[in-house]
Amino acid sequence: MNMTGSKIVIESLINEGVDIVFGYPGGAIMNVYDELYKQDTITHILNRHEQACVISANGYARVSGKVGVAVVTSGPGFTNALTGIADAYMDSIPVVIISGQVPLPLVGTDGFQEIDAIGISRPCTKHNFLVKDVRDLARILKEAFYIARSGRPGPVLVDIPKDISSHHTRFHYPDTVNLPTYKPTVKGNIKQVKKLSKAISEAKKPLIYVGGGAVRSGATDEIRKLLELTHIPAVETLMARGILGFDNPLSMGMLGMHGTYSANMAMSETDLIISIGARFDDRVTGNLNTFGKNAKIAHIDIDPASIAKLVEVDYPIVGDVKVVVQDLIDVLEEDFHQGKFFSWNEELQKYKAEHPLEYEDSDEVLKPQWVIETLGEKWGDDIVLSTDVGQHQMWAAQFYPFRHPDDWLSSSGLGTMGFGLPAAIGAKVAKMDRISVNVSGDGSILMNIHEIMTASQYGIPVINVILNNAYLGMVRQWQSFFYDERFSQTNLEYRADFTKIAEGFGGIGYKVKTKQEFIDAMSDAIAQNKTAIIDVDIHRKEDVLPMVPAGASLNEMILFKDTNKPKDK
Amino acid sequence: MKEEIQRKVISVFAVNEQGVLARIAGLFAGRGYNIETMTVAPVPDSVYSRFTIETRGNKKTIEQIIKQLNKLIPVLKVIDSSDIIEKETVLVKFSADNNLSDIDVLCKVYNGRIMNVNENSVVAVVVDEPNRIANFLKIIKKYSPKEIVRGGVVSMER
Ligand SMILES: Cc1ncc(C[n+]2csc(CCOP(=O)(O)OP(=O)(O)O)c2C)c(N)n1
Repeated sequence: MNMTGSKIVIESLINEGVDIVFGYPGGAIMNVYDELYKQDTITHILNRHEQACVISANGYARVSGKVGVAVVTSGPGFTNALTGIADAYMDSIPVVIISGQVPLPLVGTDGFQEIDAIGISRPCTKHNFLVKDVRDLARILKEAFYIARSGRPGPVLVDIPKDISSHHTRFHYPDTVNLPTYKPTVKGNIKQVKKLSKAISEAKKPLIYVGGGAVRSGATDEIRKLLELTHIPAVETLMARGILGFDNPLSMGMLGMHGTYSANMAMSETDLIISIGARFDDRVTGNLNTFGKNAKIAHIDIDPASIAKLVEVDYPIVGDVKVVVQDLIDVLEEDFHQGKFFSWNEELQKYKAEHPLEYEDSDEVLKPQWVIETLGEKWGDDIVLSTDVGQHQMWAAQFYPFRHPDDWLSSSGLGTMGFGLPAAIGAKVAKMDRISVNVSGDGSILMNIHEIMTASQYGIPVINVILNNAYLGMVRQWQSFFYDERFSQTNLEYRADFTKIAEGFGGIGYKVKTKQEFIDAMSDAIAQNKTAIIDVDIHRKEDVLPMVPAGASLNEMILFKDTNKPKDK
Repeated sequence: MKEEIQRKVISVFAVNEQGVLARIAGLFAGRGYNIETMTVAPVPDSVYSRFTIETRGNKKTIEQIIKQLNKLIPVLKVIDSSDIIEKETVLVKFSADNNLSDIDVLCKVYNGRIMNVNENSVVAVVVDEPNRIANFLKIIKKYSPKEIVRGGVVSMER
């Protein structure tokens, strides 16, 4: 059938099974918006900022397992979208971004709202395309979706000049892609898997280290099976929270800068690190010179470039984590003696008991950790949890009882303040039967506060729990520890009335100072099924602990007992 | 972990399409890798171009460069063999006041010859291994070359 480029965009999205897109119109993308108007297969959500469009698509992708789609215009629309794109890139989230561009004859002339989208997004997209001929459009879109979701997933940009979206051609959506230069390895080399199995049988203190790649690969069941079979203890990254399950006795919890004592000690003492879809980020490893210094390292990852990027690896295995872990289980099952790691586990349980995650609860002032624990205890089965960036994010990561990785969204690699709310919108759309909660800070929430309006307008209720310390808390904490308490530009005492803001955007607001008020506000917000802000006054100078200072070794933690100084009270 | 910096010549086969050069150059710039020389030309009768890149780094960096190049979607393959033949072309312009036969003899030693002479200047071309080119350039200093154009390394596996 003969049709315009913009109609081809719509038909291609339908062919990809897309039923929702997040976008914001403008001159260069208007042809596509005109076609969106004429159809009703695809729902369009109008976020109020292009950054939010891409983050909502990101949240949707994380929770649904599908490719998220964002549609933006050229120039400022595109530059606004960039932070969202970079966020998806750092966390390997499959998102396709369709952007308008000035007409092809104007490209390169500094035309109105022209920006070199391909150029500025090259370092933060998995791949990008400028469409120069309408006859290539369907094929490019097919390739974009394929590249976004396969291998190590990531954002892919398709930049469409305005004249191309009005040109006509015959529409044919290809069934397959033909990319001779792009062939991700799925199946791991079985010889390597056998070597790893042998290393496991020779190790005394092996440790499984799970990262976001395991989430993207959907390997939760396989990894839990591997633990069950081998009784090898395990740690999780921020990205991978939920893979092990909070009540798994073999889980030592999250490792890294704000990880548990037991997780970081396990990592310091292990003799075989089995990394599954993790990438040895500096927030996880601490000082690389001392990291895993007694350990051999096995690294399972779909991205060969991730392997041996930061640490020397003894057992590299390139492949899809889910497939490789299943192969490893099959090999191990042939001959595995359980109970081998009994004393190693004992040792770690001792660490766990010695220094569990702790905080001092109070009846005078709400403690953020209590708020998180309560969310988990009372509503944990029903919540899909998103966060912004800062202390509240770390408290959520530490104190929430994670059941499954698909119920958890946090900007981990880029650490984007403003991620929480738009991501929660995307998550809610993907799982309407869940209570979508965004745990935020009084700093972060303002970075995409307008999305209260989006959520209200479309009936996508998100409950925003602001852990309000009237500080840019995480930065304040660093200033306390490392800058002699010079609180440069972190005091947020000039406060917003978040209740009024919520109401002004069509939601409900609650101001909360006590435990009971918090529980009541949550219950009411859930019952009303509306977008809400629960503004929780918390202890202003609560710190996130333990903490491995940047650049220190994992076993050099500042512990709760070290800093429990009365002067802040 | 101080490691020895090595020189490496890498050949990259990538789809000959707009922006590929920028992807490759951007990768080097963005990740702080060195490009000493780079030559590019289409591979005859194919949709690919061959990029010959001379770079420097320790073993780990070179490994990362190769992996990151492979990760680029339009890149078909990266060859990092050390069993290669390397050649570099250099053009040198001398003043015509020099003794022509001296220059001619010198160029011949380095697989070259005088290409062009006019009343003002003499242009010579030399094609040889990169380290020999470096020697050649050192030796001709005493003839005060007016201009030197190096072509970058091209290489082929044995
Ligand atoms: C867009 C962006 N700008 C700046 C930062 C640096 N940063 C990291 S945490 C933080 C403070 C966050 O404050 P708030 O949202 O109130 O959370 P809290 O730490 O108080 O829980 C800042 C400024 C960032 N991560 N992202």
